[in-house]
Amino acid sequence: MTYDIILAGVGGQGVLSIATIIARAAMIDGLTVRQSEVHGMSQRGGGVQAHMRIADGPISSDLIPTGGADMILAMEPMESLRYLSWLKPEGILVTAAEPFVNIPDYPEVETLYAAIRTLKRSRIVAAEALAREAGNLKSVNMVLIGAASSSLPVSEKALAQSVHDTFAKKDPKLVDINMKALALGEKA
Amino acid sequence: MKELVLLGDEALALGALHAGVSGSYGYPGTPSTEILEYLVDEFETRGGPVARWCANEKTAYESALGVSFAGKRSIVTMKHVGLNVAADPFMNSSLCQIKGGLICVVADDPSMHSSQGEQDTRYYADFAMVPLFEPVNQQEAYEMVAEAFELSERLAVPVIMRMVTRLAHSRAVVHVADTARAQNALEKGSPADWMLLPALARKNYAKMLDKQTTLREWAKDYPRNTLALNPARKDLAIVTSGLGKNYLAENMAEYADLCGKEGLPSILHVAALPFPADLIRSLAEKVETILVIEEGMPFLERQLAGILPGRVKVIGKLTGSLPRTGELNPELVRAALGLPARATALDGFKMPALSARPPQLCKGCPHHDSYSALNLAVERLNAKEGKVSTVVAADIGCYALGAVAPLKAIETIVCMGASIGMARGAADAGYKYAFGVIGDSTFLHSGLTGIVDAVASKTPMTVIILDNSIVAMTGCQPTMLPSNQLEKAVIGLGVDPAHLRVIEAKPNMIEQNAAVFMEEAEHRGLSVIIMVRECLEAHRLRKKKESAAGEASK
Ligand code: SF4
Repeated sequence: MTYDIILAGVGGQGVLSIATIIARAAMIDGLTVRQSEVHGMSQRGGGVQAHMRIADGPISSDLIPTGGADMILAMEPMESLRYLSWLKPEGILVTAAEPFVNIPDYPEVETLYAAIRTLKRSRIVAAEALAREAGNLKSVNMVLIGAASSSLPVSEKALAQSVHDTFAKKDPKLVDINMKALALGEKA
Repeated sequence: MKELVLLGDEALALGALHAGVSGSYGYPGTPSTEILEYLVDEFETRGGPVARWCANEKTAYESALGVSFAGKRSIVTMKHVGLNVAADPFMNSSLCQIKGGLICVVADDPSMHSSQGEQDTRYYADFAMVPLFEPVNQQEAYEMVAEAFELSERLAVPVIMRMVTRLAHSRAVVHVADTARAQNALEKGSPADWMLLPALARKNYAKMLDKQTTLREWAKDYPRNTLALNPARKDLAIVTSGLGKNYLAENMAEYADLCGKEGLPSILHVAALPFPADLIRSLAEKVETILVIEEGMPFLERQLAGILPGRVKVIGKLTGSLPRTGELNPELVRAALGLPARATALDGFKMPALSARPPQLCKGCPHHDSYSALNLAVERLNAKEGKVSTVVAADIGCYALGAVAPLKAIETIVCMGASIGMARGAADAGYKYAFGVIGDSTFLHSGLTGIVDAVASKTPMTVIILDNSIVAMTGCQPTMLPSNQLEKAVIGLGVDPAHLRVIEAKPNMIEQNAAVFMEEAEHRGLSVIIMVRECLEAHRLRKKKESAAGEASK
């Protein structure tokens, strides 16, 4: 089994924390993980993308081949489309609905939604509202992971454990909020 | 054995610790930064071996040499262009009899993810005739450090470890040892081996040439240089180097299907230089064509073409089988192997127009206010002269983002420190108002000497030091000297204190600051203006640290 995910978003949105949580869950399940990230220039509000590969055997390349990704998981709609050539024809695209506008010429968001909906398997998640419902706007990441979780090759238990481990050290209150966000995402 | 999830850079750093390193030095530069960051953290928070950021790559290299002379193991880290700065001590160190193992870790950036060029460090290894190790995954990055130190000590040569962005910034599980090798004892090298006076240097150069035979022998037997021969396949053989190996492996299953009963071609992986010429010869004996898949410039391809008999055709980046520029990836290798492109979700998809999202200065960044003032001054100076009379040369760091719209404040970015030299040249050439814009860390890296030149020649120009108190672009490493010391340094270099201005880079001071720029630009001599305001990221990190310290003391 191999499962390849392209994580997309804008510098500062927390793309890498999504990667960390999924990677940790995969490791709890005893799977192999490789994750490649972009640094430097792209951190200052530019588009960022991370390649995450999960397998039950060795993984040779850090980069996912084009047409090889099983999923695109995006923090915002325009970035979800930017890396479409990586996605398998039957691959799934999950994106937060809310656009991240830090440029003057951001396209009509309805046009983006319409295009996304033409894909065989796509989901646009109202992540902000759900994060707010969970109790913290910052848990958008967790809502998205929840929304993607039924397709991810990791067990529910491992995912919960990973979220717990990530936040327990920081602040126990965050554990509950993020677990709730994860659950709301799953149901979305 | 423990299992840890590490970046390639971190795996290398941990490898150095476990191999008994005593001193680590470097200058931050993407994608090499995390190596020294890891070691500095170990040093500062857990009392590990000495690890320090330096003013530039040259001083870092020289410090590492001192550790080696004292008999202990040292590493020095930098990005590819940093080796140009350290080239002087690096080249000469190849003529010293290295005592404690010395590894120069250089991270190349094919595709220029955050660099000014693609420069391939293997050429430097060849130039200095020193060995170079090239890991292909995090585990190798960890393990090769010990091998590199051993070779360095056994043959008394400095050794390069070449990383590339894709490995430096990828994470995977690494199996690491539980214990570290002890550090070497303190013991000086012999002065005759380290004093490159002409008579001694000549002897050492001869010694270095003699070592080449041993090095070639070593390369032949180095177990990570692997050769899988298939004498049945006569038309093609493959040579891989660096991550080329991984991208070939990625396509192997399908490629094996394509190759059919004739079987896969012979494959040689070159994990270290010098180039294992004997292995290449056995590979080339009976094949017609050799495909070279290498990350970086066509280095092996050229070398191969040089040593192989004319009947063997060498193909790769020079012949167009792979692109000459940019980073390799699985698709490019796939195409070079003759495999068809895969279907993607993009096939038949109607893509709406997407906008580019280039990196930009953080909202509220002090550089924004400095540039707004400068733009205003430049506009007024040009208007006053009735023609373009200004040149604004700059450098590398967050402030390089001042190049793009809407600021468009700077006209050149060449290398660390070039802003000051170029502004001087532009002034000499006849531009009335020459500005050199440089960050505080870059100024200490290689701006000081430019100031000395301008002082000596009394050049009419204005140097603007953007002092945000931190090396922001690479992730907020410390600047060598705090802000209040910069002033003294500038005056110490001979700048007239009457034309050293220290002002704040604040949004409500743009008019006022533009006036200062104009005033100093009119001065027919050297002026230095230090624009002070903390970087927002640095501010955030500092507050976080302070509150953590406050919590701890409660
Ligand atoms: S990190 Fe600091 S220096 Fe860089 S753009 Fe942001 S505020 Fe400016």
